[in-house]
Amino acid sequence: MTASIHRDHGLELLRQMLRIRRFEEKCAELYSLGKIRGFLHLYIGEEAVASGAMPCFRSEDAIVGTYREHGHALIRGTPMGPLMAELYGKATGCARGRGGSMHFFDASRRFYGGLAIVGGGLPVAVGLALADKMQKLARVTACFFGDGAVAEGEFHESLNLAALWKLPVLFLCENNLYAMGTTLGRHQSQTDIAKKADAYAIPAEAVDGMDVLAVESATQQAVDFVRQGGGPYLIEYRTYRFRAHSMYDAELYRTKDEVAQWKQRDPIASFEQYLRANGSLHADEVQKVETAITAEIEEAVAFAEAAPWEPIEDLTKDVYTPRQAEASVKIK
Amino acid sequence: MIKMTYREAVRAGLREALLNDPRVFLMGEDVGQYGGAYACSKGFLEEFGPERIRDTPLSESTFVGAGIGAALGGMRPIVEVMTVNFSLLALDQIVNNAATIRHMSGGQFNIPLVVRMATGAGRQVAAQHSHSLEGWYAHIPGITVLTPATVTDARGMLLTALKEPDPVFIFEHAYLYPMEGEFDEDALPVDITRAAVRRQGEDVSLITFGGSLWKALQAAEMLASAEIDAEVVDLRVLRPLDQATVLASVKKTHRAVVIDEGWRTGSFAAEISAQIMEGAFYDLDGPVARVCSAEVPIPYPKHLEDAALPQPETIVTAVRNLKG
Amino acid sequence: MAEFVMPTLGSDMTEGTLVEWKKKVGDRVTKGEIIAEVDTEKSAIEVESFYTGIIQQLITQPGETVPVGTVMAIIDEAGSPMEQVKAKTEAKPRKESAPSPASEPIVPPLPEPGRVRISPAAKQLAADLHIDPSALKGTGPGGAITLDDVRAAAAVSMKEPTTVAVDRQARMRETIAAAMARSKREIPHYYLSTAIDMGKAMAWLKDENLKRSVTDRLLYGVLLMKAVALALRQVPELNALWKGSAAVQSSDIHVGVAVSLRQGGLVAPAIHHTDKHSLGELMTRFQDVVKRARAGTLRSSEFSDPTITVTSLGEQGVETVFGVIYPPQVALVGFGKVVERPWVVGGEVVSRPVVTASLSADHRVTDGHRGAVFLSVVDRLLQEPAQL
Repeated sequence: MTASIHRDHGLELLRQMLRIRRFEEKCAELYSLGKIRGFLHLYIGEEAVASGAMPCFRSEDAIVGTYREHGHALIRGTPMGPLMAELYGKATGCARGRGGSMHFFDASRRFYGGLAIVGGGLPVAVGLALADKMQKLARVTACFFGDGAVAEGEFHESLNLAALWKLPVLFLCENNLYAMGTTLGRHQSQTDIAKKADAYAIPAEAVDGMDVLAVESATQQAVDFVRQGGGPYLIEYRTYRFRAHSMYDAELYRTKDEVAQWKQRDPIASFEQYLRANGSLHADEVQKVETAITAEIEEAVAFAEAAPWEPIEDLTKDVYTPRQAEASVKIK
Repeated sequence: MIKMTYREAVRAGLREALLNDPRVFLMGEDVGQYGGAYACSKGFLEEFGPERIRDTPLSESTFVGAGIGAALGGMRPIVEVMTVNFSLLALDQIVNNAATIRHMSGGQFNIPLVVRMATGAGRQVAAQHSHSLEGWYAHIPGITVLTPATVTDARGMLLTALKEPDPVFIFEHAYLYPMEGEFDEDALPVDITRAAVRRQGEDVSLITFGGSLWKALQAAEMLASAEIDAEVVDLRVLRPLDQATVLASVKKTHRAVVIDEGWRTGSFAAEISAQIMEGAFYDLDGPVARVCSAEVPIPYPKHLEDAALPQPETIVTAVRNLKG
Repeated sequence: MAEFVMPTLGSDMTEGTLVEWKKKVGDRVTKGEIIAEVDTEKSAIEVESFYTGIIQQLITQPGETVPVGTVMAIIDEAGSPMEQVKAKTEAKPRKESAPSPASEPIVPPLPEPGRVRISPAAKQLAADLHIDPSALKGTGPGGAITLDDVRAAAAVSMKEPTTVAVDRQARMRETIAAAMARSKREIPHYYLSTAIDMGKAMAWLKDENLKRSVTDRLLYGVLLMKAVALALRQVPELNALWKGSAAVQSSDIHVGVAVSLRQGGLVAPAIHHTDKHSLGELMTRFQDVVKRARAGTLRSSEFSDPTITVTSLGEQGVETVFGVIYPPQVALVGFGKVVERPWVVGGEVVSRPVVTASLSADHRVTDGHRGAVFLSVVDRLLQEPAQL
């Protein structure tokens, strides 16, 4: 970490990473208590990616996420209350509670999910970028996916089409080394993901996904390139998840040593250390941030607890857009 | 009344859509330079240019998914999947994204996407190019499934579909493209919520859709010479199904034969039969009969293919068996 | 104080087994630290504490299986700086639940005027019993006439008071007329008969009745009935009902016994599961059914359930019966009077009690050969009365 940064900016990056970390720790606790059910894929360990990358996008840009998207939604600005309520399955959730952990949506922030079939978000992101290009809008689309997705046909099809049509889309691969329990080397003949972009003539780079500043700088440059009409761009963020794939598993696929080693590169602790070493962090600042985050989380939990359930009468609401009073038309 | 082929009707609808709305564009395999596998977009590339007439790579999942994304992004894409057989490669996007996003997002996003594809057998193109899977698609809540059987519907359904806020799948029966029919200019825009009674009758309801409509009408004529007065119901819309028209017909005739080019087991005909059972059980004078495809991959030689598919003669036999 | 509870470790977990505690009482545990190992159905998982503090109490013992939400340990959080992190919301798990779906009443479509809503099975039964469905009030969905409605109507028609006796008799005559006409119109009958030596049966019966009280004595008719029922097990084709285009064998044997009514007419109510009752039980049931048939209190199922009919006209002195099958049954067995006849036993002519058994059977369903087998089985069974 060499770049010198503005003190407020550094503190903000740290604060955002902490918001994700503390929010998800609370999620784990609430899951163990049965408040949150279903699948719960935590992002803990990977916070530098969302915290560094997301602020590079403007409000008019589009975001397509995966089932591990809590961090992205938080940084995008969706308030914690509706996110927590979504995890509870409550009607005031960011998707009326219909999706839960894997399916955060926020139309007002152009946050298109929460698409939880691995690889399934890439074609949609390509289409969003196509719409922007055809409408001559200076918007870009951020498409997040994991290392598992690069094995899917949709990854290759999407890179090809986006490059062919020179679409303003960023393919952002969060490589945490494990497709659920299968390590990269066990499912890819070429483990250098950034290199795969070569085959489609897409510029790409790999960055340290545990370093929020590296993430931020690489992403900002890529966004500028794409927004200026350079066509698609791929970034591989090399990161690591500290917890199991979905809430709990026996983690038979990796050693405790490996996890411990990565934890030494904890993006939050190392960035905090960096800021302190730089003299950019005052003594009690982290505690103040923590206290504020605690309050934010408490408020979010209270919001979710108090929230109503969607009435059962609304079960089939929104399967289709309600029809307007039909003009009578003939069938011939 | 104007005479035109089904193919010309589809092309006319597409052209009108492209002229009417700048947000509309067409993408798919060989829709541009080739002019469309079924020549439904012949000349479009020259007329509308490569921005709006987009040849895609052979990557069904991604160009259907891109259609979803473009619809979310403010466009009105028409995606042509060459045939239903290839749409299997796009099932992930159709089932997991197109059909779910509106509901799953709590109504925040809707996907005004139109996907067209050719369906059906009858042209001796063997087992991998002869599927009739529109019944499968009709299983999925969140999408609308249309099966135009007439030239008027071939043109009009597309135009109405483009006004829908949610995904619409149009299955054009490949056998019908060269069929000539009378096109009623006054019929625009056509309704896409109701079934149509194509022939009034008193004795038995022949319920069908798509390419089988013409076989059912032919069967009805054959039955008329035996003094059996058959009513023919064209479902037109498989989802959401117009149950009222089906039940009204069955309540009138008290007998039903469902004709469906899909395989019998788990067919859309089975669904219609079940709905009749639920809604008109006490009005039936006999069990609902089905005429479906034989349970085989559709074979290449004509005599075997003919034997595998519903035919006017098999429909007549089914009616006779029902009448006792 | 904080409670460490058995956590939910997956979407399908309902209980877990404590493998071991990673801490002991008095140890300090920090938030996020592994406190225990828990075995679920899938695998053993190390679980973390969400609280910082001193372990006060370990409640669950290793090896114990407890439901999710069970308090397993108490952690004293006093003085912990993380105290305020703990939200006030870790209420007992899953106390609160989302509303459950109300069972939605299924509203049947309104009946169309002019058309009788009747189930196919009820329609068939009404036709068989010659009951006019349009005169019935349905109790099924949307006022539909069900099988029970037709059965009830049949039972009522048998119970109607004598003031309408003429009507009732007339209706019964009509019913019999229609059924018998249909039988002769539709069923290609064939007839077989054989004379059966009843010597052993009558002798056994005499002995048996000596052992019984007067009210429990058996009539030879129940031996015939039982023999028919057991023979049907061996020739099940005759124990069947004609359903439109084919006979469907019945898994149960319900012999209908023809009972002539004093005021004229005839009913043949079922004695259910005829083959499974002892002779004594059959006798009781037979007497009961005859009594109720004459009183007009038969149950509807007794009308609708027979799978074959046995008619015995011996009382009237008849020797041989040529019966008419009662549709949709496919066979009828007739017995005449037991008469003393010259009989050859071991080359000598002796006098024996003999009954003529006849079979009327539906040629669409069986051929004479099977019918002959059936009668010979009846004969054989009657030669071993103690086994009946």
